[in-house]
Amino acid sequence: MGRPKLDRIVINRDWCKGCGVCIHFCPREVLEIDAFDKVVVVHPEKCTCCRLCELRCPELASEVIIEK
Amino acid sequence: MGTRDFIRERFFPHMWCPGCGHGTILNCLIRAIEELGLDKSNIVVVSGIGCSARISGYVDFHSLHTLHGRALAFATGVKFSQPELTIITPMGDGDALAIGGNHFIHAARRNIDITAIVMNNRIYGMTGGQYSPMSCTGDYATTAPFGNIDNPFDAVKLATAAGASFVARTTTYHAKEGISILKKAIRHRGFSVVEFLSQCPTQYGRRNQLVNAPVMLEYLKTHTVPIGSARAAEDPEILERGIFVEELRAEYCDAYEQVIQKEGG
Ligand SMILES: Cc1ncc(C[n+]2csc(CCOP(=O)(O)OP(=O)(O)O)c2C)c(N)n1
Ligand code: SF4
Ligand code: SF4
Ligand code: SF4
Repeated sequence: MGRPKLDRIVINRDWCKGCGVCIHFCPREVLEIDAFDKVVVVHPEKCTCCRLCELRCPELASEVIIEK
Repeated sequence: MGTRDFIRERFFPHMWCPGCGHGTILNCLIRAIEELGLDKSNIVVVSGIGCSARISGYVDFHSLHTLHGRALAFATGVKFSQPELTIITPMGDGDALAIGGNHFIHAARRNIDITAIVMNNRIYGMTGGQYSPMSCTGDYATTAPFGNIDNPFDAVKLATAAGASFVARTTTYHAKEGISILKKAIRHRGFSVVEFLSQCPTQYGRRNQLVNAPVMLEYLKTHTVPIGSARAAEDPEILERGIFVEELRAEYCDAYEQVIQKEGG
């Protein structure tokens, strides 16, 4: 097993409330807030697949999908 | 299975404020149950009243949304009548330790096989920010506009002294640790207490110079340490996290079953 590789991060825009928790604690600055106060994935290539954004999200709005 | 298989999606987005830690506890709870591979139809989530208590409406298990402070009383009834079920009672700090404080200590004393999660945001969130028995001395609340003069409970020491056979503390910052502790608490046979430090940005944060959820989580990150760290002994503001008690002791439903067997029930 090598290092996990990101397929994609899916943000449910209907559920995200723009609290900023995932953005603030992402170790690699992968995420940003957009003009609608929703999270967008700006640097997927930097993601380490730690999944902390997904596990801390109070809205269950974020899903880190790892390449099979 | 994914997280969506464990929630009632029709009620999402949920009612909690942006950045409310209770959502993270819900997140951790369903992942713990998913990882344990438990059958959804054998789980009962019993809650009282409060923002925290709304969690029972969001999970796709059997659920009871009962009276303020009385979750453990209802949960005891369910467990006693059907001991094979897995019972989880998530409670706010007010729900568990103010109005529900008596039920809390007696459930612990009986060591009944229930997992009690104290979703501790140190405030009454739902009713507008009154101080709770977990608010710290000096905290600001609508009912303590000049600072709280009460001392808070230490929920871990309280649960331990009352007889809980599994006692742990974690936080919404430490989500991976939280999932692992919840798994152990649910698997433990006996009364399990998990104090889950949470954040209420709306009613607590705004009044206490913690301006948003990331700032509140930074606080939980810097003001908690693993059990045994020297920093906890040096600074009373720093709390230990981890599993404090994990012991096998006679469980209440088992003790009752033995009476039935002995007396030829
Ligand atoms: C018997 C009774 N007394 C008082 C109330 C009013 N009440 C509703 S929720 C609550 C406290 C909520 O605080 P907490 O349990 O800490 O949960 P939170 O909302 O912070 O998650 C109170 C006092 C009530 N619903 N029922
Ligand atoms: S943690 Fe969740 S709700 Fe908060 S900004 Fe990120 S995706 Fe949105
Ligand atoms: S998985 Fe980790 S590195 Fe990737 S976006 Fe989430 S927090 Fe950032
Ligand atoms: S008032 Fe506080 S506890 Fe209630 S939903 Fe809002 S942030 Fe959460």
